[in-house]
Amino acid sequence: MPEETQALEAQFDATVAADRRIEPRDWMPEGYRKTLIRQIAQHAHSEIIGMQPEGNWILRAPSLRRKAILLAKVQDEAGHGMYLYAAAETLGVDREDLTERLIDSRQKYSSIFNYPALSYADIGVIGWLVDGAAICNQVPLCRCSYGPYARAMIRICKEESFHQRQGYELLLAMVNGTDTQREMVQESVNRWWWPSLMMFGPPDGDSPNTQQSMAWGIKRHTNDELRQRFVDMSVPQAAALGVTLPDPDLRWNADRGAHDYGEPDWAEFKAVISGSGPANAQRVAHRRRAHDNGAWVREAAQAYADKQAARTKEAAA
Amino acid sequence: MSPHAQEQDPTNAYQSLSETTEHDDPRWAFGSGFEDVQAEIEAPVPDGADAADLAEYCLMLGDDALICSHRVSEWVSNAPELEEEVALANTALDLLGQARVLLSRAGHVEGAGRDEDALAYLRGEAEFRNVGLAELGDDLDFGVAVARLLVFSTWRLALLSRLRDSRDPVVAAVAAKGVKELTYHRDWAARWALRLGDGTDESHRRMQAGLETVWPHVEELFRTSDVERRLVDAGVATDPAATREEVDAVLDQVLAAATLTRPTLPGRGTLGGRAGRQGAHTEALGHVLDRLQSLARAHPGASW
Repeated sequence: MPEETQALEAQFDATVAADRRIEPRDWMPEGYRKTLIRQIAQHAHSEIIGMQPEGNWILRAPSLRRKAILLAKVQDEAGHGMYLYAAAETLGVDREDLTERLIDSRQKYSSIFNYPALSYADIGVIGWLVDGAAICNQVPLCRCSYGPYARAMIRICKEESFHQRQGYELLLAMVNGTDTQREMVQESVNRWWWPSLMMFGPPDGDSPNTQQSMAWGIKRHTNDELRQRFVDMSVPQAAALGVTLPDPDLRWNADRGAHDYGEPDWAEFKAVISGSGPANAQRVAHRRRAHDNGAWVREAAQAYADKQAARTKEAAA
Repeated sequence: MSPHAQEQDPTNAYQSLSETTEHDDPRWAFGSGFEDVQAEIEAPVPDGADAADLAEYCLMLGDDALICSHRVSEWVSNAPELEEEVALANTALDLLGQARVLLSRAGHVEGAGRDEDALAYLRGEAEFRNVGLAELGDDLDFGVAVARLLVFSTWRLALLSRLRDSRDPVVAAVAAKGVKELTYHRDWAARWALRLGDGTDESHRRMQAGLETVWPHVEELFRTSDVERRLVDAGVATDPAATREEVDAVLDQVLAAATLTRPTLPGRGTLGGRAGRQGAHTEALGHVLDRLQSLARAHPGASW
């Protein structure tokens, strides 16, 4: 390694060690840049793909207030996608290219969105468990070593926590409603609990990138630490709703000061992230269709901008 | 609650969930922004106005917004760019907010105990009072969507700017806030009409085709119903016929700048003189209501 690079790397390491932020113009190791691009893009894609299961219910929302809440939430997700793509762009990639990588399945998004939203209770459960798990993952990212990502996450986390409360509030209304509504909530929790636990990624022993990401200050906690935190928080919330979490091994362990819980089905997780979950093909096809159907519109906007620029130039000449 | 979950960590947004949920937090009414109007929904019917007429007029304005909002919402997750996802969802949300207040007012003035949801979810097609343009589908063709919103927002902005002086406090309040919202919707649609009309050959063709899809529904916008005529006299409503000049002028200006041609297609015929304001709709409304109402109707007595 040339001496100059060694000095830059030492400076980078010192910045990370001192818990200060790396900014776009700062030198950074290529692996750090690649890891961040992959992670931020995946996160942006998740926001955009995540609009689909919820969008599936906007037109059918059962009250106008619930419809307004859901529309506002999905609008926020589009906004989160925009901030995150903008954060990724500070690392030298562009949104159009990242979108291509998503619709060609070269980049992934959160495994959770490969499950279908089958009832309106799912809207509440996605808010409570899926947004809840996302928040557990994301709050530590507000202190991520990369400045633009950390700043985007602060704004996103504030909105996510509100979405989560809205989801929980919908479930509270439903469990206080009719017997059918209570059954809908339990049925939905049964379907979403395990996939929510999988959102934290594979167990620590099977997560090769975690140590490097932690050393770089991108990640602050291991997958299993975050999963444990999520389980511990969800148990009392489930009790308050009067729903049962579908895990016969779930119980308080006084010695550990934490809940013991069963093993997620990691074979299912692997299948879902490698493309054969219940909704993978549908999600990617939907995104590709929207992108393709919009191509003529984006081309028109570009052509118009070019014409306007030429006119301005002509007028100035 | 387990000791683990009780840790106080101010950066832990997740924790707020187990706190009391404050139903008076204004953000819970997302999309309406009309919390301050809630008290006025119960205001008395203005002197000289007939209660049944006022209820019907609120349904007209409210149903236009509700059904158009539904059509715009169909774009969620289907827009050509993320910026347009945000803009379209925002437009749908604004219109939904207007609808909620107007339907609530209609229900109150009617006095039969129907709230916004009873009116939105439990009426049949013939009881809806929106114009045909609001229910027009676009099959996710952006040219049609832009043309529909351009005409709808130009017309509704002209109506609402006059209704700021309505003697009905709820109509006046919706109009005052709605003018700001519709100004943005019209601006968004006009900018896209320009880009598409003066963009590529394909976009020009598709924007022109969009206008032609929308045009047969334009004439209805300027037809004055008996209810409106009576309420104009009472100082509550505005005469839609009187907005024609302003709407035409705005559309002519946008179309000319966009190199588009104003279609010369005839207006959609009526059913013996009856159209949307009298509950005579196109076939499209039934399909809109099938989706909009299905879940609410499947669970009678449920609360959400």
